[in-house]
Amino acid sequence: MKLLNRSLVYFSIALFLIMTVWAVIFYVNMLDEVYDSLDDGISNEELLIIQRAQKDTTILNHATFNERNYSIKEIDLQTAMKIKDVYKDTMMYMIFEEQMEPVRMLSTAFEREGKFYELKVISSMVEEDDLIENLFWSLVGLYIILVTSIILINNILLKKIWHPFYQILNQLKTYRLGKTKEIETIETNVSEFKELDMAVKELLNHTDETFNSQKQFIENASHELQTPLAIAINKIELLLDKNDLNEEQSVSIGQSLALLQRLTNLNKTLLLLSKIENKQFIEKEKVSLNEITQQIINDFQDFSEFKEIEINFTENGVLEAEMNPYLATIFISNFIKNAIVHNIPNGKVTVNISNSVLTISNTGKPEELDKEKIFNRFHKEHGEQNNTGLGLSIVKSIANLYNFKVDYTFDGQHCFKIEVK
Amino acid sequence: MKILVVEDEKELADVIVQSLEKEQFVLETAHNFNDALDKIIDYEYDCILLDIMLPGGNGIDLLKELKNQNKTSNVIIISANNSLDEKLKGLDLGADDYLTKPFHIAELNARIRSVLRRKSFNGENFIELANVKLDINNHAILVDKNEIPVNRKEFDILTYFMSNTNRMVSKNALAEHVWGDNIDQADDFDFIYSQIKNIRKKLKDNNAQIEIQSVYGIGYRLTEL
Repeated sequence: MKLLNRSLVYFSIALFLIMTVWAVIFYVNMLDEVYDSLDDGISNEELLIIQRAQKDTTILNHATFNERNYSIKEIDLQTAMKIKDVYKDTMMYMIFEEQMEPVRMLSTAFEREGKFYELKVISSMVEEDDLIENLFWSLVGLYIILVTSIILINNILLKKIWHPFYQILNQLKTYRLGKTKEIETIETNVSEFKELDMAVKELLNHTDETFNSQKQFIENASHELQTPLAIAINKIELLLDKNDLNEEQSVSIGQSLALLQRLTNLNKTLLLLSKIENKQFIEKEKVSLNEITQQIINDFQDFSEFKEIEINFTENGVLEAEMNPYLATIFISNFIKNAIVHNIPNGKVTVNISNSVLTISNTGKPEELDKEKIFNRFHKEHGEQNNTGLGLSIVKSIANLYNFKVDYTFDGQHCFKIEVK
Repeated sequence: MKILVVEDEKELADVIVQSLEKEQFVLETAHNFNDALDKIIDYEYDCILLDIMLPGGNGIDLLKELKNQNKTSNVIIISANNSLDEKLKGLDLGADDYLTKPFHIAELNARIRSVLRRKSFNGENFIELANVKLDINNHAILVDKNEIPVNRKEFDILTYFMSNTNRMVSKNALAEHVWGDNIDQADDFDFIYSQIKNIRKKLKDNNAQIEIQSVYGIGYRLTEL
């Protein structure tokens, strides 16, 4: 739920409650005031009638109301003694309204020359149901007006006030670690937003620094490893070169050499990966992926023949890409090497190039690989040793760098499809 | 032949010196920029192995100094940095070759041999051992002056071996040299065996007085019979 709507819901509920309570209190108070004023009116009338009755005896015969608003009838002393001044609500037929309507009536008794009379004075009353209905509708009207104003105020004013917040939010949404260079400063006078902006900036800068130093760390570490590796490899080569070791010793030393070689490859690959991700391959040129693929297939020919793998290369189009030529070679050689290594004896590798797509499919394990994991660093299928587990992560990094789309599918053969934009 | 090894890492410099002494070179070392500069100014070297990152300065500046002094030494840059930029910069400034750490001794040796050959024989470029002669410029192998037909890979392999006579050449080093950098991702280097087999057969059939021996499955060694 949006912030604007949420505040609207709270406002509406609060207003509804406040207005209901207010309506009840208002109604009771108003009614009280109306009664008060009516009662005052009829009390006054009562006094006037009694005064008049002292002088004018004709009115003493009005036992019914008829066109008047009072009635007088003679009563005995006992009855008179019982009568106290009472105001009450009662119903009376109104000709105008053609129905029974509520009236306020004062009953009292007075004495004139030793005779006792009962006097009733009436006054037409507020129609309570009408009053409630009227009050209800005006309140509904007021409520609608208030809620509409709140919506308008929310939309216009609050949107304006929250604008910096949405700006910050948008920046965060589009922020990509290591890719977003500058975070714009939000122009606002609201101190909370200023603080938010500062906090966000600080956080992002810190994240960026950490990210960069980590990238730098991998690169530096790989660089630092080169020299000790060089010394170790060369010392072992020197030892083997002296030719004074027996076979067992030589084989053992040879195995160490092979391991160091693997370490070197791993190191080189890590270095390459961090260089790609640090965007150190800036130079671009138009490279023909057809030529590079052909070249790499030739380079790998002895290797594939030794592994008894047949490579079929078909060109249905010309595929060119604007990219770093070195990375182009790495990109394709990783795929082809991958297809040869993860294959079965007498297996096949099929490479196809069209005008926009390069597909490389190979026979291999009869089950589908985990799409989510194959491009992860150091992901290895079971039982693979002489493999850095970095080949496809490199491919992925290069693809990301140039916005190539790489897809893996399995239909008995493992198939990688590369869409070059 | 006099070679100067400019390398701040003493152990690496020592290994390089030890391995090259076997080739009858005269070797000197410098472990920092100023030592190297002094030696370059004072002496003449046939070949200088130059590390770029040095205490006290940058190897690239030594290259410039060499140029200023009109010295004709061959320079092979040895760097931990394999970026193309630095390679091109070094080669532009007159370096003859560029080798990235870590490298194989056989590779270093082959590179040194190659730059020295280019310089020594007035453009002619031959390697000779026993009755076998390699004509590098024409990609030809002559046994007793008869040319034997070889493909490019066989020629490259034999050139590499003949630059490393009596040295153990690991399969890995050979594969990288002949099949290119991409092949270093191969999980198994035994694929080079079929080419070795072909060369052995050709050498034997033509009565060449050299032989490629296997070294316990680790690599090979070329020796004179």
